[in-house]
Amino acid sequence: MTGVDVLLLALGAVAVGSGVFVVSTRHLVRAGLYLVVCLGAVAGMYLVLTAELVAWVQVLIYVGAVVVLLLFAVMLTRAPIGASDDLDRPGWPAALIGGGVGLGLAALLIDAFRWTTVELPEAGTAERIGEQVFASWVLPFEVLSILLLSALVGAIVLSRPDIGRTPGDSAARDRTPGDRPAGDEPAERAGSGGEGGAR
Amino acid sequence: MSTTTLLGALLPVVPLVAGLVGLLLPPAARGATTDRDTSRRAAIALGVAGAAGALVLAVALLVTLDAPAESSTTWIRFGELTVTLGVRLDGAAALVAVAVAAVALAVQVYSVGYLTRGPHDDTDVDHRYPPYAAQISLFTAAMLLVVVSGDLIMLLVGWEVMGICSYLLIAHDRWLPQAPAAAQKAFLVTRVGDVGFLLGIALLGVSAGSFRIADVLAHDHGTGTLTAAGLLLLAGVAGKSAQFPLHTWLPDAMAGPTPISALIHAATMVAAGVYAITRLWPLFEATPTVLAVLGVMASVTLLLGAFAATAQDDIKRVLAWSTVSQLGYMTGALAVGSPPAALFHLLTHAAFKALLFLAAGVVIHAVGTAAMSRMGGLRHSMPVTFWCMLIGLGALAGLPPLSGFWSKEGVLAAAEGAALHGDGPAPAWVGWLVWLAGLVGVAVTAWYATRLLLRTFFGAPRTPLTHPHDPPALLRWPVLALTVPAALLGLAGFPGWFASQLQRTTPSDAEGVSDLMPPDGLIHLTPTVLLPLALLLLGAGLAWAGWRRDTAADPAAALGPLRPVFAGAFRLDDVQHTLVVRPTTALARAARVADERVVDGAVTGTGRGAGALGGGLAALHRSALPRAVVAVLAGALLIALAATLIGAM
Amino acid sequence: MRPVIPYVTAALLFGLGVYGVLRRRNAVLVLMGVELMLNAVNLILITADTTTRALLPHSGQVFALFVIVLAAAEIGVGLAIVLQLYRMRASVAVDEVPLDTAPLDEVPMDKVPMEGQR
Repeated sequence: MTGVDVLLLALGAVAVGSGVFVVSTRHLVRAGLYLVVCLGAVAGMYLVLTAELVAWVQVLIYVGAVVVLLLFAVMLTRAPIGASDDLDRPGWPAALIGGGVGLGLAALLIDAFRWTTVELPEAGTAERIGEQVFASWVLPFEVLSILLLSALVGAIVLSRPDIGRTPGDSAARDRTPGDRPAGDEPAERAGSGGEGGAR
Repeated sequence: MSTTTLLGALLPVVPLVAGLVGLLLPPAARGATTDRDTSRRAAIALGVAGAAGALVLAVALLVTLDAPAESSTTWIRFGELTVTLGVRLDGAAALVAVAVAAVALAVQVYSVGYLTRGPHDDTDVDHRYPPYAAQISLFTAAMLLVVVSGDLIMLLVGWEVMGICSYLLIAHDRWLPQAPAAAQKAFLVTRVGDVGFLLGIALLGVSAGSFRIADVLAHDHGTGTLTAAGLLLLAGVAGKSAQFPLHTWLPDAMAGPTPISALIHAATMVAAGVYAITRLWPLFEATPTVLAVLGVMASVTLLLGAFAATAQDDIKRVLAWSTVSQLGYMTGALAVGSPPAALFHLLTHAAFKALLFLAAGVVIHAVGTAAMSRMGGLRHSMPVTFWCMLIGLGALAGLPPLSGFWSKEGVLAAAEGAALHGDGPAPAWVGWLVWLAGLVGVAVTAWYATRLLLRTFFGAPRTPLTHPHDPPALLRWPVLALTVPAALLGLAGFPGWFASQLQRTTPSDAEGVSDLMPPDGLIHLTPTVLLPLALLLLGAGLAWAGWRRDTAADPAAALGPLRPVFAGAFRLDDVQHTLVVRPTTALARAARVADERVVDGAVTGTGRGAGALGGGLAALHRSALPRAVVAVLAGALLIALAATLIGAM
Repeated sequence: MRPVIPYVTAALLFGLGVYGVLRRRNAVLVLMGVELMLNAVNLILITADTTTRALLPHSGQVFALFVIVLAAAEIGVGLAIVLQLYRMRASVAVDEVPLDTAPLDEVPMDKVPMEGQR
């Protein structure tokens, strides 16, 4: 067992352990934070596997943006701060299928690779990855940017407050603006503004 | 085709045409009086013309027939089976045809007077005469077809048409509540027999390769086939000729008009079974088993009919049970192996039973009721009827020199010959059975005939409100006409032309089985004739003695506790109901339930199942996120497993 | 380097992700499970990059990059949907969304009590 293996083992243990906590904790916010740990450990594994650019992109985007978004959503949906009891559905189909999938895949991969060793390739630096992306993979790259654009537009459209309102309801809202407590509108606007700002 | 065969072929055609044309006439309008009704008059003309034409043709046939004649053409071929259209004429066929046509003519004329608005009818009663007369003509045509047919399929056609006409005519009076049930019972019970008849004919036809009677008789069938076919044919005979156990329909068929009872249920249709056996006699002669079965059936029928007739109150029912009993004599004669005796009794019975029914109809018409308990003392008010009925009852009982005596004596002598000397094709015990039953029957017949005569015509009148009188001409002349053969036909049994006609039906082969008849003539005058005479006197005397004690009471009271048993004919109707009717209706109900619940249910169930499946799939489709996710991921897991396993194999 | 270690890690993470998706009632937590699954896939892609010499070098890492981008887009849209759902139903439990009834009107924010503030 080389040092690389030990590192991989340790980081893998951390990732799996925090993953277990993500899916089983009763505290919503702690789940988000455990996710951070998990994603960080995975980023570490990327580093060990010489995927430098991917590792840092992972930290930037996954840990920095995605998890933040998730935590924002947790806050905006009025998640309880402490433990909550009603977070889980019946466990047996989940355990069955999740266990089946995970252990099955693991068995498959163990069967494929056993205890073989490979040489680590040259590092995936920004320069080298950039060469590949903008040379061989430029078309998917461009399509991805269009996809990002449409996702952005879609998210904004979806978070408009007037979606899903029936005409009668909107008429009621327009007719009785004074009845609505003043605290709602700022919260709504803050919500949509917050979501728009997270992009 | 010679003259005789042409006459034979025309015999059924003439009344058939009359019947078919008559069916096209409109039934009489409601409220039409009988003398201004053109439709009724046209129907009368057609009916009488049809019957008269048939009679003329039959007499001509009888006169011109000097040897058995046959003519046929192939009609249909089913592969190797041929069905022919043709006639087969011999002396017996001619005589029976004359009898049928004569009784039909008498009945047509009589019906004109019978089915009129009488003093007991409502003002707007509608006798629906046109269909009535047309159906009688059709019936006559069918019976004549049975008589002259040279092919078994044609015989079957005539047989079945008789059945349907009988059904229609029994149910003729739509205002009588028991008529439809009686018609249905008659039809269904005879139908049961007709199934056997059809199967027997099919068996014979397939075995012989042709349905022509001559071919069937000439073919050498195996003993097994003959026995099976014979037993099946016996089923049809039992149905049509009211033998035990298919006799239950005949007394109930008295719900039909009296002329119909005279024609169909006394003289002609019920004799068709006996006639059919004589037509196929060589086949029956070769199967002693079938003859034994027939003998048992005949004896039981004979005694059953006689005893049941002793306790009836309805005059027509007495005569109906009497018909059952006399048919037992005919089939008994066949069972011991003597077709001439059976045919002789058939002809005399046609005469005197038709006479009795028509005379009874006159009485009923005059008195307004058929119950003997409400008749009495009619001898003085209806003398002509009284004398005619006396002759008829005498013939029935077997009083010499009336016709019934000679023919019944022939039957008893044939049975005696089979019993004591073992003559004939049947086993000796059959002869004993028929002979003893016949002798007991003589006594009982005399008893109930005397009872009928005394209850109806003697004693104090029990109908003071009506003024019965002798019938008008239209009713009187047929009765008088039938009295002549009822009295004198028996004397024709002496050696002569008549007897030779009947005797020619038996095989002329000298070493063949004896027909238990004397070498010429149909009359036996041996000392044993005293035995039935003594029994007759005994029976009549007992009845008269019983009546003398109290002229207003029913002599049947002497039967004591047996009276209700006899009146109900040994509860055989109830037995039939329990053994046949109830299981059949239960089966029909079960079939209907099975059809509704199982078959329809399967169809509806398929629809409902499809709907449920669709609904289930829709619910599955509508499942919320958690269930959908589970389904997707579970499916992915299963596919991955399958792929791994298949890849590993 | 023994590739079986990151591979098994990835497999277990994937299984945990599936478990999380199927087990959790809160939509946001379901999305967290989805993130776990995506990360597991990424890990496999990166490890495959070391065990296989692809025709185009580092294609595993390039793919992983693309997956990260897709994940980001997906989480954005997904959370927008979740928030809209919350606006309409005041609840983000995934098993409280019946698909065969008419949608309710939007629930005004003031009617929903804040949890933890009872």
